[in-house]
Amino acid sequence: MTSLHAPPEAPPAGPTRRAVARGALAAAGLAAASLTSACSRPVVADQAAARQSRGPITVWTSNNEQELAWGKTVTDAWNVDHPDEKVTLQEVPAGASTEEAITAAIVAGTTPDLLFAVSPAATSDWVRQGGLVDLSSFDGGSEYIEDRVGEVARGYVHEDGRYYQMPWKSNPVMIMYNRKLFKAAGLDPDDPGMTSYETFLDGAQRIVDAGASRSAIWPAPTAEYFQSWFDYYPLLLAQTHGTRLIEDGSATFAGPEGMAVGEFWAQIYERGLAPQETSTDNAMAVGTTAMQIAGPWAIASYDGTIDYGIMPVPTQEGVPPEQITTFADAKNASIFTSSRNQRTAWDVLRFATDVDQDRTLLDLTGQLPMRTHLLEVHPQFFEENPVYRAFAEQSDRVADVPNISGAIEIWQRFRDAYVASVILGKRGVSEEFPSVARDIDTLLGARS
Amino acid sequence: MITRLFGRQPFGLAIAAPYIVFLAVVMAYPLAYAVWISFYDYVFAAPGVSLDHEFVGLANYRAALTDPRVQQSFVNIVVFLAINVPLTVSLSMVLASALNAITRWTAAFRVAFYVPYVTASVSLIGVWMLLFSEDGIVNSILGPLAPSPSWLVNDALAMPSIALFVTWKQLGFYILLYLAALQAVPRELYESASTDGAGALQRFWHITVPGVRSTTLIVLILSIIVGANLFTEPYLLTNGGGPDGASSSPVLLIYQKGIQQGNPDVASAIGVLLVIGVGLLSLISTRLTKES
Repeated sequence: MTSLHAPPEAPPAGPTRRAVARGALAAAGLAAASLTSACSRPVVADQAAARQSRGPITVWTSNNEQELAWGKTVTDAWNVDHPDEKVTLQEVPAGASTEEAITAAIVAGTTPDLLFAVSPAATSDWVRQGGLVDLSSFDGGSEYIEDRVGEVARGYVHEDGRYYQMPWKSNPVMIMYNRKLFKAAGLDPDDPGMTSYETFLDGAQRIVDAGASRSAIWPAPTAEYFQSWFDYYPLLLAQTHGTRLIEDGSATFAGPEGMAVGEFWAQIYERGLAPQETSTDNAMAVGTTAMQIAGPWAIASYDGTIDYGIMPVPTQEGVPPEQITTFADAKNASIFTSSRNQRTAWDVLRFATDVDQDRTLLDLTGQLPMRTHLLEVHPQFFEENPVYRAFAEQSDRVADVPNISGAIEIWQRFRDAYVASVILGKRGVSEEFPSVARDIDTLLGARS
Repeated sequence: MITRLFGRQPFGLAIAAPYIVFLAVVMAYPLAYAVWISFYDYVFAAPGVSLDHEFVGLANYRAALTDPRVQQSFVNIVVFLAINVPLTVSLSMVLASALNAITRWTAAFRVAFYVPYVTASVSLIGVWMLLFSEDGIVNSILGPLAPSPSWLVNDALAMPSIALFVTWKQLGFYILLYLAALQAVPRELYESASTDGAGALQRFWHITVPGVRSTTLIVLILSIIVGANLFTEPYLLTNGGGPDGASSSPVLLIYQKGIQQGNPDVASAIGVLLVIGVGLLSLISTRLTKES
């Protein structure tokens, strides 16, 4: 049989697998190399020379309107007198949190020279990553920080005894309450008397029972690691006169005082005085809660909206307000090792934290500069704005998060346990707290 | 020389090169790097900073596998896939058949199903939170039948709620795949079956289902891969995987451990385990679909 068609040719040989693999590997290698070299700014090799170098720098601040306004005022004032050391102001890149945005920037080599939004919880890890400049290495660095901040400065010392962050501003956490709702519940808005756990629970119960609002207090009941800074932690600091979550390499919250704080919050949730669900709006502003734990930044959001009062966080026995220590919620300033003009960055840091610029910070943001005797340094501001006085008085008695490596992992473990035992009541506080404290101690032991 | 290096069709390789580079840079290199990281005590460092990375063997895998949160996240994702994948396959096939059959308002119906897919998850999640919060519209309608605790803070309902949300959001894309596949099913088959007295259900079962089998495989594998990468919904809808980790996913934990907590080594180990799991599920799906 003959075929009408010519026999098909052998299929043309394509590139062999080896050739494709070779090409792909070469391309990947080239692309990876070009990406890493083009996009990142490596840490300056000669840090000692950079420490003495002056020139233009970039400064980041938080991206809220008020802090950007402060940053613009300060950098404009600097630039007028320093044309050769021009400061460019930018806002921190958007991210789930400032900590994540900065961590990413350190790894990518895109950090600014100077940042005014440093979270103390993350600094130890940033130092470990080689991202932060030792501020103590500048002439008079440690002295400047300690003169400005006083004894509180010791809470921001790195484990090597040096400063990698300049304590800049704090937002002492207190309880703000709606006076109208308190009155509706039969509580005295001028003196609610909710200083002890017992009186606080009674007052909260009256608010809900009277139908004054849907809840008495509404902290975010979610699992993000930082949420404990605005419910459990201020009360732990108040109850223990400033003992931080970790002291001397071990967890402190499984002691009787830490457990009492946990049991107090568990009561709040068990009695339905705080919702287990997050609010879809500003609960205090819309009247679905009568109290909220907040710093002075909240004043701007409630001014003109509701008639509010401010009281310290409660303690088990109800100690006087002048003995209460609370969470500082500080944001600090740091210089990054990617900076080529660290001397200018240091000078700008000092300029931005002098008395005049601290006043600008108060005027434009309502947030409190961290400096000793704040009320005496800026008496006029507190005379003109008496509502900030309560926070300013509290600002001398604050503590922050512990300065430890792996802090965020530790806070997350604590928060997971807190949500399960305190908020959801799935496990007892008396079992859960010691258990997670042991886990955290093991983690701390492994890291040391 | 060129032939030896690039074969007899270098032009073809040149055309494919951008995609090969893309795959190599965005997929292969990070995957290989992640596997490497998973065997070392690793932390990210600033560029130019040299840190010692000690080889730790399987320690990161041990840490991942013995972490109750990680175990729970893998169980959660199995629950998610058990709800999401069958619903996605069945609903998208049925709805595509219905959309293919109607003759009026076709564009309006297709757009209605496609809009959630192209709308940003963040904005849709805001709407769902209003719907399913404790005092939301759904609970207002249900009244005393509303679950307590409410949907998104309920251990048993958080992950199914997320699975339903994701199914609804992505349905439009899979419907489009099926609509395209249905164009290739000969209309004569339906006409013959109708002539022989087959009803709508019989035509669907005996003509449509086998006619779109290859698309079903694609939908199956894609929905498994997309589902296993679940992140945005538990992160936003249930605020970081709550309540008590009931809606956390492996990718959410990778993000928390790798980016938030500075443990990229353990995060990489979780990632490698997830890749292996998804690979196995995809393989099983392929086998099952072929046999059927």
